[in-house]
Amino acid sequence: MKIQLKDIAHARSGDKGDTANVGLIALKPEWFPTIRQYVTLEAVSRHFDGAIDGPVERYELPNLNALNFLLHGALDGGGTLSLKTDAQGKVFSTALLRMFIDVPDGEATALGLPGAEGK
Amino acid sequence: MKEIVRVAGGQGFWGDSLDAPRQQVEGGPVDYLMLDYLAEVTMSILQKQKERDPQMGYARDFIGAMESVLPAVTDRGVKVIANAGGVNPPACAAAVRNLAESSGNSDKVRIAVVTGDDLLGRLDELIDAGHSFANMDTGEPLSTIRDRVLSANAYIGSVPIVEGLERGANVVITGRSTDTALTMAPIRYEFGWGANDWDRLAAGIIAGHIIECGAQCSGGNCLYDWRSIPDLANVGYPIAEAKRDGTFVITKHDGTGGRVSVPSVTEQLVYEMGDPREYITPDVVADFTTIRLEQDGPDRVRVFGIKGRPATDKLKVSIAYRAGFKAVGTLVYAWPEAMDKARAADRILRERLDRLGLRFDQVLTEYVGVSATHGSLAGETRGDSVPEVQLRVGVRGENRRDIERFTREIAPLVLNGPPSVTGFAGGRPKVEEIVAYWPALIDKTVVTTRVNIV
Repeated sequence: MKIQLKDIAHARSGDKGDTANVGLIALKPEWFPTIRQYVTLEAVSRHFDGAIDGPVERYELPNLNALNFLLHGALDGGGTLSLKTDAQGKVFSTALLRMFIDVPDGEATALGLPGAEGK
Repeated sequence: MKEIVRVAGGQGFWGDSLDAPRQQVEGGPVDYLMLDYLAEVTMSILQKQKERDPQMGYARDFIGAMESVLPAVTDRGVKVIANAGGVNPPACAAAVRNLAESSGNSDKVRIAVVTGDDLLGRLDELIDAGHSFANMDTGEPLSTIRDRVLSANAYIGSVPIVEGLERGANVVITGRSTDTALTMAPIRYEFGWGANDWDRLAAGIIAGHIIECGAQCSGGNCLYDWRSIPDLANVGYPIAEAKRDGTFVITKHDGTGGRVSVPSVTEQLVYEMGDPREYITPDVVADFTTIRLEQDGPDRVRVFGIKGRPATDKLKVSIAYRAGFKAVGTLVYAWPEAMDKARAADRILRERLDRLGLRFDQVLTEYVGVSATHGSLAGETRGDSVPEVQLRVGVRGENRRDIERFTREIAPLVLNGPPSVTGFAGGRPKVEEIVAYWPALIDKTVVTTRVNIV
């Protein structure tokens, strides 16, 4: 079953130079293991492929039911150099919430995940 | 001895709410008012102001804030900690001293001024002594931009702020102190935490991280259940209620809007986060993977379990330098085929810029309303599917004249380009000088802070 992250997580982002960070937080604690399992480094790198110029790093904060992603080369130079509307990556978080993960139907139903049709 | 120390956050950046400082000291009991004014960009703006007038170079909003909270300071013992000094803490202190005198409170205001973070005057001496100030991101030596440097400041920690409080100050003014030290220092001072008390110092730093962006932890900019967050027009700014054992509660005054919840605090915790195990400050390395949160009643979140590790032997230095010029021009295209018209206008504009032989380091086109914030992730937009789109073209380069010429090429598109165009009433785009940032590290031993009481 395809689940869009916006339906199971909230997020906030910020910047450090040309790197945007996205903190992804489970809307319910019991949904965090699913997010941890399926929102992998590979999946997020694929999601942002072509949208950022550098690699992605992934960190886990199970204590906060959260993951933290560093998206390098995301801000067109970053800070004052960047010409982007979102030069400081303030809404980069919402771009991650667009991502879909594929969760087995049984698991999604058992957890009561809000369903979503495929892309 | 206090059992609980209440530190109220009253300013998240220079330009934040003018009312918040006063609301924080009048809305309920607080011991300290913490005001954070300094973003990286702020330091260079202040440096330019100081070049024009040697008595400037600090966050002038702070003087108004001090005026609005002065009765709480003089009559109720609230102490103020602020990094409003910018690149000229002594001038900032002198302005507060004037305010105290003109209001007849001269003997009730004791100001500690922290200096020593400003390395601009020592830069060449330090480079000669072998400090390369290599860029933390690129590894390049500072010599590549040395002649364009505007300001250079080390991020300093809690120690000089604690010293100011020990010497009886009720107003502590710093320059480029870390945002988090402004909160941790008074808690550390009240409870007498030692320099190796890593877990509790880390807790104080994390309390600072949570409240340093003002209402962004108490309901502002909160995505979680955002529609239900009440009364943001009267949003309550955050208060950290710290205990001796290193635990604390984040809350806000009764009767204010917004919301303090586990989700609202969690969003602020992950804001601008790097490696969560390595939140490096001058005082301690805090481990964000140890933080525990629990709801402790309405608009109260208890924070506990925090672990810290010994600080490193370096300080971060933020160096601002001139990095060319930029300008951004916009036009709005209306349905039908709004997106196609905007794309066509962009092609025409770029062809014009080419024909004029203008040289830029970068030209960036965005379509606001379609893909400016999510780029290719927003998906393909058919030309006829949006009611309007804003074409936004930015240019950047070393040559001011080329950037200026660009600003003259936007308006003609209204008559010369694709149809159904509007939104140019703001006039010609403005040319801005770019001040960029160069992050570096320096040995702690090189930076000596001083505390003066005035």
